[in-house]
Formats: sequence, C-alpha cells, structure tokens
Amino acid sequence: MYPSRFRYEAPRSIDDAIALLRQGAGEAKVLAGGQSLVPLLKLRFAAPELLVDINNLPGLDYHRADPDGTIRIGALCRHAELERSTILATRQPTMAAAAPLIADPVVRNRGTLVGSLCHADPQGDWASVVTALGGHVVAQGANGRRNIPVAQFVTGPFQNVLAYDEIAVEAVIPAPKGTVAGGYLKLERRVGDFATAGTAVALEMSGAVVTRAGIALTGVGGSTIDAAEAAQALVGGPLTADSIAHAADLAAQAAQPRSDHRGSADYKRHIVRTFVERILTRVQPSTERAA
Amino acid sequence: MSSLFEEIREPVAGDVPVRRVSITVNGVRRTADVEPRLLLAHLLRQGLGLTGTHTGCDTSNCGACTVLFDGKAIKSCTMLAVQADGHEVTTVEGLAGPSELHPIQEGFKDEHGLQCGFCTPGMMLAAKALLDENPNPTEDEVRWALSGNLCRCTGYQNIVKSVLWAAKKLQSQSAS
Ligand SMILES: Cc1cc2nc3c(=O)[nH]c(=O)nc-3n(C[C@H](O)[C@H](O)[C@H](O)COP(=O)(O)OP(=O)(O)OC[C@H]3O[C@@H](n4cnc5c(N)ncnc54)[C@H](O)[C@@H]3O)c2cc1C
Ligand code: FES
Ligand code: FES
Repeated sequence: MYPSRFRYEAPRSIDDAIALLRQGAGEAKVLAGGQSLVPLLKLRFAAPELLVDINNLPGLDYHRADPDGTIRIGALCRHAELERSTILATRQPTMAAAAPLIADPVVRNRGTLVGSLCHADPQGDWASVVTALGGHVVAQGANGRRNIPVAQFVTGPFQNVLAYDEIAVEAVIPAPKGTVAGGYLKLERRVGDFATAGTAVALEMSGAVVTRAGIALTGVGGSTIDAAEAAQALVGGPLTADSIAHAADLAAQAAQPRSDHRGSADYKRHIVRTFVERILTRVQPSTERAA
Repeated sequence: MSSLFEEIREPVAGDVPVRRVSITVNGVRRTADVEPRLLLAHLLRQGLGLTGTHTGCDTSNCGACTVLFDGKAIKSCTMLAVQADGHEVTTVEGLAGPSELHPIQEGFKDEHGLQCGFCTPGMMLAAKALLDENPNPTEDEVRWALSGNLCRCTGYQNIVKSVLWAAKKLQSQSAS
C-alpha cells in the first residue's frame, strides 16, 4: 500500500523544524520513529501534506538522570535504548518493566517514548507509565518551551494539546523524594500485540511508608486512565494485605473496559485488580527490609 | 541510477519534488530518485530488484520485510525510502559470500528452518542483528530476538534451532 502524496523535509535544527511546521499551517505532521505514523499513512488514515522528519535533529537521542534524580528522555530515544538502559534498571522499576513490553523488538529499534506519548493511543503503554510517575512533556514552539503534565497532555484518543507548530522535545520524570518501587504488567495475546489490559504502579517510600503513589491503566478506556483514587489510598501508610486489596479494588473500579476481541469487560477489570495486587505484593518484602 | 517512479509506473505529481537518495545497499552505493511516499521495502524490491525482502502485511506486524538499517533490524515497510538516504542497508541478498552461504543460511538449510520460505529473509536478518550483538545467545534470547517476526508454517521450533546452529558455526569460525 502506498501512502498518499506528501512533501517531505528532514531539517537539521529544531528551529527549522518549527518553521516548517508553521508553514504547514496544521497540514504538517512530525515523523519520529514512524512506528505509528507510517502504518497510518499506508492505510491512508492519515494524509498530511508535509512530513517533518525529526530524525536528523541533533541532540535528541538521549535519556539521562540529572544529579537530583530527575530522568529526561529525549524525543529520539528509542524504546530499545530504554529496554537496555542501566539507568532505568537501577533507578526506575516501572519504566524498566514496561520497556520490553512495548510492541516487538524490531519495532522497538525505531519507535520512541515521546512519539508514543504524542500518538496518545489509549492502548499506548508509555502514557500509563509516565502518568503513574507524574511526568511531563516539554514542548518547544516558536515562542520557546513549556512543560505540560502528561495527564493534561492527552486530551482524548489520538489527541494531544500540542499546537501545530510545537514539537515535543523531551519527557521528564520528576526526581523521587524517597526510595522508588513499582512495576508494569501487561497482558498481551502475543508479542507485539497491544494490551488486553496493562497497569503501571509507581511508588515513593520512606522506610515502609508510602509517601507518593501513582497508578495508571492501559487499554481499559477511551484514553489512559489515571486511577488517582486507588493510588491515593496507599499514601501515608505501609503496604499491607488489606491496603493492597483495597487499592486493587479501586483501580478495577476506575477501569472503563469494553468487551471486544481481546476479552470481556469483566475479564479486563479482573486483570487490572490482579495486576495491581501482584505489583504491590512484590514490592512489599524489599520495603520491609528497608524499614 | 534507477528512476523509481518509472519502475512503479505512477506519475509524479508536479508539486511533489522527487528526491535523489544515495543508500549503501549490501555494501554497494545505490542512487535513486524517489517520491517521498515510497517505502523502503518498495525501493528495495521494485527499484533495486532485490526481491528477497518480502512484504507480508499492510500493518507493520509480520516482520517479513525486516532488513538491517545501520546494523539494526527494522521493518522496511515502516520506513520511507527517503529516510535511508546516507545510511547502510543489508538485505538477505547481502548475506551469502561469492561462493558460499552465510552460516545463518546454512543453519536454516541444515535444521529445516523454513517451509514456504516467505518469512525466512526477515527471520535471518533479525537473527543476524542478534548474533552480531550477542554471538552466544540462549534459546530464550533467540526467541526474544525473533518475536517480532511471524511464521505461518514452521511453528518456530526449527527456526530457533537454525539460529543456534548458526551461532555455534560462527563461533567455531571465529575461534579457528
Ligand atoms: C506492530 C506494532 C506493535 C506495536 N505495539 C505497541 C504496544 O504494544 N504498545 C505501545 O505502546 N505501542 C505499540 N506500538 C506503537 C509504537 O510504540 C510506536 O513507536 C509509538 O506509538 C509511536 O512512536 P514513534 O516514535 O514511532 O512515533 P511516530 O509514528 O513517528 O509518530 C506518532 C504520532 O506522534 C506524533 N509525534 C511523534 N513524535 C513527536 C514529537 N516529538 N513532537 C510532536 N509530535 C510527535 C506524530 O506526528 C504522529 O502523529 C506498536 C507499533 C507497531 C508497528
Ligand atoms: S511487511 Fe509486514 S511488517 Fe513489513
Ligand atoms: S516458512 Fe512459511 S511463513 Fe515461515
């Protein structure tokens, strides 16, 4: 299948890229890893007049931890780099758990975390992870940069708040104040499939006490679901069998799944409950040791 | 130089500029004039006649079109040909030497790693990317590396054996 015709530019600076997007006046699209956009072009679900390929922009292919613990992921950091990252393996268990579950290894060589956030697919795994972690997106336009909390970044299925002449240059995970714990679990029918249901859990702890919690759900609603109530129920106390079961119930209630070829709504809700419980139960022993 | 839009017999719209790209394919520099919407898989197949790269789906799922792009496995149906300008691409035609098969190809032959053969080029290139990075993979690591490539025939068992066979052969070659 051939995409419909478009003009193509591969600028070498962010300023040039933004100027091109301005010229495109809403009919231009950014091309990052292409792992969502190119399939849409091929099926002609997307037919932009101009593609602004950002793969030649210098200095965006990083991910790093600042001295204070803030984690920054540049717009050209591929899923595969995050899967292999020692920074994530040692500092950020929720992200480290999610990276190998995105798509398949070949897709992961091209696709980007920032592109995934921009794509705003309700089935996208990174949006849940970054939501649970309370992260934000840094957008750059002609008038400079602005930070957009990821919870406000996505406005609906496949919709984000970027202006047509803005580029998302970086995703940021704020520095944790305590020790971090958490994980990501995803049920998929086979490798490379989108989630039947996925759950991201991110905790900060002081000794055995939970000081911050985030829980977000993939694939069980019209967009990423921030199960804030479930997360809040954990804050201020230690993880106990009761508190875990309570949070898992609240998360299952927050889900808005629909029955489809991947499973019934009840089944998906059950998975959400089980996954939240499983992640929280696994973090328990290490926090007790730390206390 | 091949002029690709002639090959695919679609006239180019006047206002869409054709781009000249220069891509090193299997070690040889190739130049072509392409429309931006042309997929790399189609440039390889129709433009350069390298029909070993297969396309098995329209949805970027199957991996039959897998090639190496600067040494990394990518789906060539999910990259525009213009994006490959200045880069190196390896297709299945680049595996064999002048007189002998590549050990990965030998492995697929010896261990019956194919039936219809449609998925095989993609499988072999995904396997090459793995073995270049990890010469002594476990069975699990092989299964991980090939998990983006679908096969409708073999049940994967013999494909995994083929790659493990190739790993051994490559190791004994580099030892001697
Ligand atoms: C077979 C297959 C399976 C997949 N499975 C999964 C899965 O299980 N889970 C999952 O989460 N994802 C999955 N994906 C999608 C994949 O993760 C994509 O990489 C990701 O959704 C988009 O990132 P990208 O860099 O490829 O973006 P692109 O495809 O290049 O772009 C996607 C959209 O975001 C916009 N965009 C991208 N980057 C920017 C930017 N920096 N600034 C502004 N706008 C931007 C583009 O204009 C476009 O609208 C799968 C894809 C395939 C092909
Ligand atoms: S042809 Fe199926 S993934 Fe490329
Ligand atoms: S051998 Fe037929 S698809 Fe794999």
